[in-house]
Formats: sequence, C-alpha cells, structure tokens
Amino acid sequence: MEALTNRAQAVDRRPMNFWERIYIPAIMKGLGITFKHLFRKKATVRFPEETRQFSPVFRGLHVLNRDEEGRENCTACGLCAVACPAEAITMEAAERKEGEEHLYREEKYAARYEINMLRCIFCGFCEEACPKDAIYMTETFAPANYQRKGFIYGKDDLLIPNPKEKA
Amino acid sequence: MTFLGIDLLFALEKILLISAVLAVSLVVAMYCTWGERKVAGWIQDRIGPDRAGPLGLLQPLADGGKLFFKEEIIPTNANRGLFILGPSLAMLTACMTGAVLPWGDTLTFGNTQVSLQVADINVGILYIFGVVGLGVYGIMIGGWASNNKFSLLAAVRGASQIISYELAMGLSLIALLMLTGTLSLKEIVEQQRAGYWNVVYQPLGFFLFLICAFAECNRAPFDLPEAENELNGGYHLEYSSMKLGFFLFAEYINMFISSALMATLYFGGYSFPYMDQIGLDGNWLTILGMGALFFKTICFIFFFMWVRWTLPRFRYDQLMKLGWKVLIPLALVNMLITGALILWQQS
Repeated sequence: MEALTNRAQAVDRRPMNFWERIYIPAIMKGLGITFKHLFRKKATVRFPEETRQFSPVFRGLHVLNRDEEGRENCTACGLCAVACPAEAITMEAAERKEGEEHLYREEKYAARYEINMLRCIFCGFCEEACPKDAIYMTETFAPANYQRKGFIYGKDDLLIPNPKEKA
Repeated sequence: MTFLGIDLLFALEKILLISAVLAVSLVVAMYCTWGERKVAGWIQDRIGPDRAGPLGLLQPLADGGKLFFKEEIIPTNANRGLFILGPSLAMLTACMTGAVLPWGDTLTFGNTQVSLQVADINVGILYIFGVVGLGVYGIMIGGWASNNKFSLLAAVRGASQIISYELAMGLSLIALLMLTGTLSLKEIVEQQRAGYWNVVYQPLGFFLFLICAFAECNRAPFDLPEAENELNGGYHLEYSSMKLGFFLFAEYINMFISSALMATLYFGGYSFPYMDQIGLDGNWLTILGMGALFFKTICFIFFFMWVRWTLPRFRYDQLMKLGWKVLIPLALVNMLITGALILWQQS
C-alpha cells in the first residue's frame, strides 16, 4: 500500500542492547524530566479567586438588551426560537398598551421569555438571528443550581439592568 | 528513685523518648501525605492541595477527620477478628521499627546523659528486619480476612514480593555488615562520623538496598499489592473508615522509617561532614545532628515520591525476575567483592 504521507516511521523492533536493558539510564532520563516539571509554570487556575481569560468571541450566558432609554429591544418575533437548534428558547408575545412606550421600544414585546440553560448549547445562533440586537451572549457561564427549574432563566434573570434606573 | 528494681528516672526518660519518636513518626507520616500530593501536583504542572490552611498545610488534618467520621463497614462474610487485626498489625509493626534508630547523639542535662535512641541493642539491624518481616502479616491477614478474591490476590502478591525482596535486601546489607563489623546502628553511625559515609564504600550495596526498600514499602514502581487498576484497590479493598486510614498511614510510616534507616546505614545518620571540627559544644551539636538526619530523611522521602510519579508499575513477572535473577546475584557479587577486598586489606 502506498503511504499517504511521508511522516510514517517504522517501529524499531531491534532487541535492546545491554545498556538499554539495564533501564537505569532511561530511568535517570525520566527522573530528569519530572524534576524539570517541578519548576514549570503551573497550569492551574485557582478558580473562584482567578478566572480564565476568555476570547472576545466567548459565548456564555445570554442577556436581553435595552436601548439607551431603558426600553426593551425584544419584539418577540421568535426568530431566535426558530434559529435555536436545541429548542431552548420559548416566548409569549404581547401588544404594547398606551402609556407603556417607556418600557418597550416596539409595538409588540415579549411578555414571557425563557431560555432553558440545560438545553442551550451556547451556539450563538439566537444572537445572530436577532434583528433587533435584543439578545447577546456574555462572558459569564451558567452557575450551579440545586433544581432543574433553576436553570430556566426568565426575563428577570436575562434583562440587563435599566441604564436609567441605575443612575 | 527505684520501683520494683526499675530506675524511675530511666523509665521516665525512655517513656518520653518513645512518645517523642512515635509522635514524630506520626506527624511526619501525616505530612508525607500532604507532601506526596504536593510533589505529584508539581510534577504534573499543578499546584496540589492549597485550600485547607496556608499552602494546604491543614489538609492532613482534614483528611484524617474525614476518615474518622466515615461509616465503618465490616463485610458480612469477613472474619471479624482478623479483619480488625490486619490494619492494627500493619500500624504496630510500622511504629515499632523506630525504636532502634539513633535519632541523634546524647543530650546532657546536668549530670545525666540522655541518648536519643530508645534502645541501642546490639542486634539493631536484625531487629528491624524481623519487625519489617512481620509487617507483611498485616497485609496478609487484612487481605485474607476480607473474603474478597481481589484482596486475597493482592495479599498473596504482597507476601511473595516482600519475601523475595527481603532476601536481596539482607544480602546487600551483609556486605555492609562485613565492613562495619557490628549490628548496632549507633556504632555504625559513629564509625561513619569518624570516616567516610558508607555509601562511598558500598555504592552497589546502597543501590540494591534502595531498590529493595521501594519494594518493601510497596511503593511505586513496586506497588503491586495495591495496584488500583488491576485489583480494584488491593489488599485494603474492603476496608473503610480509619481502618483504611491505618493501612495507608502505615505505608507512609514505613516510608519514613526506611528513609531514616537508609540515611543511618549509608549516609552517616546524625553525623554530618566536619561535625567535630566546627567546635560546637555537646547539646548544640546533637541538635544539629538531629537536623542533619531529618534533612537526609526528607531527601529520601522526596526521592520516594519523585520515583513514584515518574515510573509506571512493574508487571508481576518482571518484579519477580528483577528480584530473583538480578538483585540477588548482584547482591551476592557485591558480597564477594567486599569480602575479597577486606581479605586483601588484611593480608
């Protein structure tokens, strides 16, 4: 059979000579390697105190965005739910009433918006699908919880704080 | 002050010394578990335990506490008496060996001289060999009484391994004893204090002794009696709670004692170079000497750990082959050469 690459190397099956058979040099070499590792830079990240540096495109937990005036961007079009391969997103739409213009940017909004973080595969398709810049993924990842229902994030968990109220 | 013909002061001195030796070996064994995990961590580019206390120094206490509070299970079909006897024997024999090691020279308090050796018996080395030989009963009885085939297999492995390597160990020691002409550990140290360390005269003997010490302590690469991935844990498979802790602890005490023994026999014990030239008076010199012995022991313990995290385990037939076909002939040759050299020097 013709080799696909020229990287293949034949295994050396020659019987070991005396020097190799007493193993001591090989053991010394191994000890040397492990000794060098004693002083290497440690790979450990002491988690709660230190966190790993994420790349700028890291896809963590979702947030629902607001505009500068603190109004919710989401218009409950459902494109994120359609795009979601894991079917983790569900929502209920409602119509904006008179006098709620300071709460919702569009005439239609999501009365209920839930993401099941156990189903979510953090692919980021929802973020890509959103025409209103309403859903974004952040650098935090899902914290532990005692119950499954704790992983279903509602609007309270997802909405970013109102920039107006914060000031 | 005598009671029933026993000098009470003498008894008090010995009791204090015994307690001190026991306490030291227990504490060292405790921190060996910490050290083992730290060394393993560093070698594998990790940090090791660092949560319990500064640098993880309280980790052994936490581990011990955990073991004490765990549920104690004695299997229904196990032999109850022997099941309890196993770890007790392992612990007992591990603690007994420290009695004849000279931990230092003499301390002087006023008129009394206190030797830092519990018992300077003239058959010190034989005593250690006897006790270490008994140590295998802990493994054997524990493994047998568990009524589990894996435990039994491990116990049989342990017994044959220790018997095989004790032979080579004894033979490598005979060469040393021919050189020193004494079985008393104290005298061996005093001889090295005056001259060179014994490792200079007996490099091959020391090397053989070191290998055999690894095997006697059931340490990697000879940890076949507790081969986790072959025997589901080894002879202590059915053990839980502090009885398991005793088995593991006995192993660390054995490691400490054999490190101290190697330092005593081959590396000058409590003596250090230029000990008698630096001109310190008795007590300080003794304390420094104790420090020296401790330092040497720690170095050996580190070596034990270093080897454990470097080498993979031997196969059983390789272990037996190494013991019987390599180490024993080499020890015999070493003995012959030593004998010839001694005869040549005398004539």
